[in-house]
Amino acid sequence: MSSTWPILSVLIWLPIFGGLAVIAVGEHRAALARLMALAIAGVTFILSITLFTAFDVSTAAMQFTEFKPWIATFDIFYSLGVDGFSVPLILLTTFFGVLVVIAGWEVIQVKVNQYMAAFLIMEGLMVGVFSATDAMLFYVFFEAMLIPMFLVIGMWGGPRRVYATIKFFLYTFLGSVFMLIGLIYLYIQSGSWSILEWHQFPLTLSVQKWLFLGFLAAFSVKIPMWPVHTWLPDAHVEAPTGGSVVLAAIMLKIGGYGFIRFSLPITPDAAAALDWLIITLSLIAVVYIGFVALVQQDMKKLIAYSSISHMGFVTLGLFIAFAVFQNTENGRGAALGVEGAMVQMISHGFVSGALFLCVGVLYDRLHSRMIADYGGVANTMPWFAALAVLFFMANSGLPGTSGFVGEFMVILAAFQANFWYAFLAAITLILGAAYSLWLVKRVIFGEVANQNVAQLEDINAREALVLGTLAVAVLLVGLWPEPLVNLMHASVEQLLQHIQQPKFSVSGI
Amino acid sequence: MNNANMMLAAPEFWVLAMACVILIVDLFLDEERRGIIHLLAMLTLVFAAIMTLRSNYVSEGVHSAVAFNGSFIRDPMGDVLKLFSFLVLGIVYIYAKFFLRQFRMFRADFYTLSLFALLGVMLLISANSLVMVYLGLELISLSSYALVAFDRDSRIGSEAAMKYFVLGSMASGMLLYGMSMIYGATGTMDLYQVSTAVKSVGSDDPLLVFGLVFLVAGLAFKLGVVPFHMWIPDVYHGAPVATTLFISSVPKMAAFAMAFRLLQTGLGEMQGDWSQMLSILAVLSIILGNVVAIAQTNIKRMLAYSTISHMGFVLLGLLPGTASGYGAGMFYVIVYSLMSAAGFGMVMLLSARGVEADKLDDFKGLNQRNSWYAAVMAMVMFSMAGVPVFVGFFAKWMVIKAALDAGLMWLAIVAVVFSVVGAFYYLRVVKLMYFDEPLTESEIDAPVDFRAAISLNGIMMIGLGIFSSSLIAVCMASFGA
Repeated sequence: MSSTWPILSVLIWLPIFGGLAVIAVGEHRAALARLMALAIAGVTFILSITLFTAFDVSTAAMQFTEFKPWIATFDIFYSLGVDGFSVPLILLTTFFGVLVVIAGWEVIQVKVNQYMAAFLIMEGLMVGVFSATDAMLFYVFFEAMLIPMFLVIGMWGGPRRVYATIKFFLYTFLGSVFMLIGLIYLYIQSGSWSILEWHQFPLTLSVQKWLFLGFLAAFSVKIPMWPVHTWLPDAHVEAPTGGSVVLAAIMLKIGGYGFIRFSLPITPDAAAALDWLIITLSLIAVVYIGFVALVQQDMKKLIAYSSISHMGFVTLGLFIAFAVFQNTENGRGAALGVEGAMVQMISHGFVSGALFLCVGVLYDRLHSRMIADYGGVANTMPWFAALAVLFFMANSGLPGTSGFVGEFMVILAAFQANFWYAFLAAITLILGAAYSLWLVKRVIFGEVANQNVAQLEDINAREALVLGTLAVAVLLVGLWPEPLVNLMHASVEQLLQHIQQPKFSVSGI
Repeated sequence: MNNANMMLAAPEFWVLAMACVILIVDLFLDEERRGIIHLLAMLTLVFAAIMTLRSNYVSEGVHSAVAFNGSFIRDPMGDVLKLFSFLVLGIVYIYAKFFLRQFRMFRADFYTLSLFALLGVMLLISANSLVMVYLGLELISLSSYALVAFDRDSRIGSEAAMKYFVLGSMASGMLLYGMSMIYGATGTMDLYQVSTAVKSVGSDDPLLVFGLVFLVAGLAFKLGVVPFHMWIPDVYHGAPVATTLFISSVPKMAAFAMAFRLLQTGLGEMQGDWSQMLSILAVLSIILGNVVAIAQTNIKRMLAYSTISHMGFVLLGLLPGTASGYGAGMFYVIVYSLMSAAGFGMVMLLSARGVEADKLDDFKGLNQRNSWYAAVMAMVMFSMAGVPVFVGFFAKWMVIKAALDAGLMWLAIVAVVFSVVGAFYYLRVVKLMYFDEPLTESEIDAPVDFRAAISLNGIMMIGLGIFSSSLIAVCMASFGA
């Protein structure tokens, strides 16, 4: 189906031009900048809902497509489109677009216009990443997104912000240039930049392996996978709350999305041949990083490590499909794995975003992120405590919350592949519960630890609105994941069909 | 016939005439009215551009025309490069007027010397014989030596000029030596005839190979690629910023054209030989330029090393010897000139009376002093680093594609890895501007034409990036790719 007006372009360019307009209001009219940013983010979110309502769930084809020549000499097109994988992620992006504006409302006092603009521009670019169907366009959005994040961490971040932000930038940049070489290679071979055409383009196994590694370099850094995850804890710890939220809730998902859009369909045989690599790295992330999270002293760091561990589930769910095909007759478990990975991404978006906001609430009051500085927060901030406990429970995968659904689906799929995969993956339920609940015990419950905690004030209406909305989202996905799964079902089926057919035999290369 | 020759070279004659006119007019002007010189120079550029655009030598199936017994050639590549030379020199003049006034160096000599250099650039771009190449090159070089020493009382300026002169003469000597060998082997100066003669002599003729080596060495010096780069940092550092800006931008376009004319038009048969030489030069330049730039604290030196690495990328476009490679190299060199203009323009903007703002620390906290100028500089830096959607990315992307097209995977990998290394020092400038506190709160003030030019120059970084398709198409079409 085609839309009558270019909704995807609007979702991309409205926040970007809106962001430029917010910069233009100048530094000294902070109140106006905030209101404008809220209005732009709000309108973008409301418009994005039409994606959900008008989306045809029965087909895996790209919808709301747009197609215009961009750089004709090299066959590059401005071509957009969404399927069941991108719509949920776009909605997540626009949703958080509103939340980070509200979250930074009072906290940010210097250069408010630039702060708000950076987030709006970033939002537009991220929507661009999720909706580009031309590889060059995808790459441009993928890289351009680094700039606002670089500035956000560096300008409003903590004491070691410069180190963290340069590390963040260079890590991701280095990863993605290898992908760029792969993309150019694919273009030279196929004469097109269309990702969908690449899906059908036959490649030999050895070429696929190189391409796969190129994609892996880009997306494994982005998601991030062990052992290239080290930029993430630094970036999270130093970023301002809004930066951490966007980083955890959306940017990491771009790595997972990249696997779905590029690695699996373009190089399916290489993915099948190298799935052991991804599965191993994922399991290491799930188990080892889970232990690392356990010993953290800094709340943000703990959540950052927990993010890496949860992202391990995403990569596991995506690549377990090949093992499922091998070990079972019908391969029904494979769909569970991929859908679980997608649900996990959305859920982790809500949960980790909420957790960083919770830490932000505490940090704004006491200017410390150290677990040891807190204790008995529940006594002085009961409302906050209730919400925070819910989010930490969701983080550890409590049934009824969104965290449970994705993890459970992936573990079920893993069982069909190999008992030990499932066993190791399931350890996360214990570890996740351990580090989450232990943090809750030390920070939220117990006696009031010190004078500072005794003077804490409970969350105000603004914070309650942000956290409350997220709590609803977490419970909604947890109790009723049906609409979300339906949204992506057709696309998942199609992807799984596609990756089962060897590509190198198609043309007999 | 004579008339046709004149018509083809009309822009060159016009620039020559105007350079002389400015020289004479200046005698009758006092200090206050020297602005007229600036206007005359701008006028020269505008009319030169119009003449270049209007002269119609292209007819059905014919894309180039030669004049003066084949030693002068007009073709689309030459025209595009000339037009961009005029544009960039116009930007240079706008920046330089403000800068030279601040430093009490606003004399007509800057304009006459740079117009003579421009004439050299135009001749070199249009050179189709060995003699013409040498003539154009020397005209650029001699004017540049004088421009570097433009600040008579500056010790490092004089030192830089001296170094430039000595090394430059040596390079010219090498080039001349190489040319004489090629003449010896082929018996002709005309590049078209050289190319046919090479076919009959055979490309493995020792005399030719020797000649090629010297030619490439001379060329490498003019482009400033490793290991013939030693003069670049000192000259960039020692010269007044206005001169640095000039020598880092316009002559590079001429050097690109010279490389194309000599290597492709003349010695295209020997592509296998020179492509290997160029690939070594390219790799070394990209590595050394990007790594050493990290250690610099002076922004002029940093940009000098960055130039070295950029020229390595240009070579990457040249060395496959394909039409799309040349197109990519040409796009790169044009984009580089514009980026370099904006970068040095910012240095001039920050230079307060009598003190050049050439330390990296002078950029500290620029965002707090003026967020628009900080944004301009940030765009230049991101563009130089090759981050999309800025135009520098498309330039890098195209040369890397050209290298991959030719199957040079390892070169492409070296290039991208070291462009990540390079990103570090560009990011450091952004870091200084955005994350650090300013050292001074003084107002940044500049005349309105300067502000307009630098703003436009900055917007080009992103504008040419998003709307890169027409410039890319023009560059590619110049080589029929």
